[in-house]
Amino acid sequence: MNSGVKEPLVHMTKREDMSLVMKMAVRIIAILLSLLVCAIFIYGIVKMNPVQVYEGIIDGAVGTERRMWITIRDAMILLCVAVAVTPAFRMRFWNIGAEGQILLGCIASAALMIYEGESLPLPLLLLLMFVCSFLAGMIWGIIPAVFKAIWNTNETLFTLMLNYVAMQLVTFCIVFWENPKGSNTVGIINAASRAGWLPPLFGLDYGWNLVIVLGLTAFVYIYMKRTKHGYELTVVGESVNTAKYVGINVPKVIIRTVGLSGGIAGIAGFLLVSGSSHTISTSTAGGRGFTAIIVSWLAKFNVWVMAVIAFLLVFMEKGSSQIATQFGLNENASDVIVGIILFFVIGCEFFINYKLEFRGRHQEER
Amino acid sequence: MEQNCAIELRDITKKFGKVYANDKVSLKVNKGEILALLGENGSGKTTLMNMISGIYFPDEGHIFVDGKEVSIRSPRDSFDLGIGMIHQHFKLIDVMTAAENIILGLEGKAVLNMKKVCEDIQALVDRYGFDLDPNQKIYTMSVSQKQTVEIVKMLYRGANILILDEPTAVLTPQEVTRLFTVLRNMRDDGRAIIIITHKLNEVLEISDRVSILRKGRYIGTVETKEATVSSLTEMMVGDKVSLDIYRPEPHDLKKRLTVEEISCENGEGVKLLDQVSFEAFGGEMLGVAGISGSGQKELLESIAGLQELTNGKVIYHARRGTDFDLSGYNAAQINELGIKHSFIPEDRLGMGLVGSMGMTGNMLLRSFRQGKGFFTRQKEPRDLAEEIKKNLDVVTPSVDYPVRRLSGGNVQKILVGREIASSPSVLLVAYPVRGLDISSSYQIYNLLNEQKERGVAVICVAEDLDMLLDFCDRIMVLCGGKLTGIVDARKATKEEVGLLMTAHKEDKA
Repeated sequence: MNSGVKEPLVHMTKREDMSLVMKMAVRIIAILLSLLVCAIFIYGIVKMNPVQVYEGIIDGAVGTERRMWITIRDAMILLCVAVAVTPAFRMRFWNIGAEGQILLGCIASAALMIYEGESLPLPLLLLLMFVCSFLAGMIWGIIPAVFKAIWNTNETLFTLMLNYVAMQLVTFCIVFWENPKGSNTVGIINAASRAGWLPPLFGLDYGWNLVIVLGLTAFVYIYMKRTKHGYELTVVGESVNTAKYVGINVPKVIIRTVGLSGGIAGIAGFLLVSGSSHTISTSTAGGRGFTAIIVSWLAKFNVWVMAVIAFLLVFMEKGSSQIATQFGLNENASDVIVGIILFFVIGCEFFINYKLEFRGRHQEER
Repeated sequence: MEQNCAIELRDITKKFGKVYANDKVSLKVNKGEILALLGENGSGKTTLMNMISGIYFPDEGHIFVDGKEVSIRSPRDSFDLGIGMIHQHFKLIDVMTAAENIILGLEGKAVLNMKKVCEDIQALVDRYGFDLDPNQKIYTMSVSQKQTVEIVKMLYRGANILILDEPTAVLTPQEVTRLFTVLRNMRDDGRAIIIITHKLNEVLEISDRVSILRKGRYIGTVETKEATVSSLTEMMVGDKVSLDIYRPEPHDLKKRLTVEEISCENGEGVKLLDQVSFEAFGGEMLGVAGISGSGQKELLESIAGLQELTNGKVIYHARRGTDFDLSGYNAAQINELGIKHSFIPEDRLGMGLVGSMGMTGNMLLRSFRQGKGFFTRQKEPRDLAEEIKKNLDVVTPSVDYPVRRLSGGNVQKILVGREIASSPSVLLVAYPVRGLDISSSYQIYNLLNEQKERGVAVICVAEDLDMLLDFCDRIMVLCGGKLTGIVDARKATKEEVGLLMTAHKEDKA
């Protein structure tokens, strides 16, 4: 090379030719690297044996049968919300209001448990709770969808704001439902009669959760891939112009899709109240509405990949709280570890899609 | 190296993944010369020019400007070397004046002397014979005036090497003549000009030398004096092709469509179509000519039911003798009436097809409502996709490969294939061969001709007058949303049509 002529040190080029085996290899290497970096962090900063810490994570997440089932339960609810937001996102409707839609589902379920818990037989009560949670979440989805479809308002801000409205609604309900009086919390609903609690299935405490969520996941998978509705919403998401060109009624598709999205999020609320916590508070949704968006995007809208990602995220979350207590680490240190691992796992996608070319290298290759 | 050489490229290579966009391309432009860079789509013209203008960095090779080797790492570097590129899409701010756009982004003194700037611009304008008022706002300008602003902007910034990417695509014949005059003036002043185009007659008219690329490789450079249309085509395509467009005589004409005084407006109340009336016949190719944005898009969309009309009627004469007024219906309702309209829109991937889906998914666009129940059909669209792939030679790894990643010619074949598969009685086509290479273009012409022979009323919008005159039976000309005339394509001349395209403006003046 002529002196005075400088090539950039590094530039990136797109690649499309990586084999599946290579892709998996890159991901595994990324995980190993992340564990290595974590080990350096653990040893260097908190002077502990990294292997023990890793064992602590596994122990915390799946160490006992009870812990494993709690991990599965929470992963299922996260998966349910991720599956819920997927149709809307596929349509490029940026629904960040799943949090509020979950809470509406929670309110519907809790209200039925409190007011009808004594009077209705359990199967009918549960069915009613399921349907009403769906409807409540759906309404919370349809409101921004109608505004979007008719007046083209910005759905991101709208759905975000509705989250706060939903939280205020919960606060309002707590005033009537607080138990014991003056505690400002609802407490465990129907603790004695267990009315409206999802019963065990096949001897598994969380059997129903598993069945309902996997059923919904399969439903959304087929809905997206094989039905006319799924086809229409994909076309609307790709290009509104194309949709109009073939005569798709765009407002109708928007309202229908976001309604479904909100409804499934409402069912996640039902599972939270009836199937796991048996109470309600403003933090019942617990940020799942946002985490689910990450899950959905990371999976590139593939519902089965979402199941894996949801499990991994909950696994890391449970594991990190375990090491926080077991080793007296503060929560932040375990968050750092989770952060490092996620950084590597997500970051490796860059190397799958692009390759870097360094100055001068390619000339030697030729 | 002689000092006469303005810019030289030597053995430039650029790869995208495994594909060579440019493979050891060499090019040389002298001062005071117009070089035409000729090549089909995908031959690497744009990639090469993007490397000169600093958008891409070459993987290999050397660039010399004024005899010195240089490295162009950013558009800024390119600009500092006196290279100015005029893109197809103008990069101007509508609410500013020409002069304001020209100095935009330039570093200057603390106090801006607009009067001095205008005088300098005026001097440039007078020197080369441009037609430009520095104080005119961009949004009041025609396409050709905006292009002038872009060129003057480059000159004002001291560009000695000008690159024009398809500059004539949006101009009327009269405006092309004017552009060529100023290009010649600039050449005579010692500037180097590279013009990218695939219109052969323009190459022969304006350039001094022609360099030809084919599939990323440099084929050669010839003196324009010694070249002919057929010799250039042969270099460009690789073998001999006949350039005559086949035009069957229309027969058995049947009235299919009567458009009566249709008008429509945009959101601001500006008339996009103004009292347009015409008739279209089955078995005939009706061309629509006009400067871009004269209402062509709205005309096709009104017939297809995608554009709301403020008044007028679109009457469809069905084969069995009944008439329908389509003006009140939308696309879906027209479809439900059983009226077989096919529409091949201008924006193929943004409107006609879904880019991320494969051929199968795109076949479903027209047919997904068929069949009872909740589920879409799987087999029929796949069969149709396979059939189109086979019959129209679509090059794709599989019928599920995203159509966005296919070349323009293949995309258009898929779209045309789907639209004619429903055996339409009216076929609306916008810019059927825009951006397609020569062989794909001829395939599309043949497909459209087949439809015409089958008795379909084909309405074809295009910007290339030569093509319209060779391909259509009648040509209707739009200007500013008004119909300014319908001519017989076999008898009319390019000049006649060109005058009709601007008739409206001349009236006002």
